[in-house]
Amino acid sequence: MPQHPRPLSPHLDVYRWQLTMTLSILHRATGIALAVGTLLFIALLVALAAGPESYAAVQSFCASKLGLVLIAGWSWSLCLHLCNGIRHLAWDTGWGYEVPRARATGWGVVVVSTLMTVLIWACVFARGGVA
Amino acid sequence: MTTSGLGNPQLQAPLKRVRGWGSSKSGTGHFIIQRITALALAPLCLWAIWLALALVHADYAHARALVHQPVNAVLLVGLAIALFWHAQLGLQVVVEDYVHTRLTEVVLQLLIKFFCLLGAIASVLAVVRVAL
Repeated sequence: MPQHPRPLSPHLDVYRWQLTMTLSILHRATGIALAVGTLLFIALLVALAAGPESYAAVQSFCASKLGLVLIAGWSWSLCLHLCNGIRHLAWDTGWGYEVPRARATGWGVVVVSTLMTVLIWACVFARGGVA
Repeated sequence: MTTSGLGNPQLQAPLKRVRGWGSSKSGTGHFIIQRITALALAPLCLWAIWLALALVHADYAHARALVHQPVNAVLLVGLAIALFWHAQLGLQVVVEDYVHTRLTEVVLQLLIKFFCLLGAIASVLAVVRVAL
């Protein structure tokens, strides 16, 4: 803990809303959500190794209401974190820092990640739905 | 706090104050490994989405056969390692940024490290057991 009052940052409430800051916050939030989502990744693989009963239990959880809500959230989180992560990697090469370009790639992330999520669930329903 | 001379209350040389706070040689290690695992995860996650879709409505035998295939098993092990490594690095930064109570921070960092390591070990072991 600091011994003296230090300047605090970021001052979120003094800025008007911007897409770039929203994506920055969402990148962290979806990262945390996906880290929690690794529980399902572990559960699925361990259940597959353990036997048919365990696997059926994980499958029935995935098909439950709670399971579907979680998986829907994680699928969107993954698409957003993946697309925005690629945007971050582009920034790491020094490309895309100009404000108009950062905004354009930001909207690109919104559009592409939404399309990816829709596509994933279209594939699920094309395979006979979630039940 | 003054750093040198007569006003130095702790009679410490500046070098004493900076020693032990990290090496200039590994300072970028976290940043670079986060990017390397991100580069690995981008294609692996796209492949994992395909695998997950193949598992929808798959029965146990079919799911096991999918993971049993060498290519899928190898990629799953690679995914598990990159995934948990990347998760640990990312969560570490979140805790560093927002948790300012030392004890809570250390406990959380340790829990994150243990969880990610165990998650990676369990996933890899499960895949190996199905694949062999």
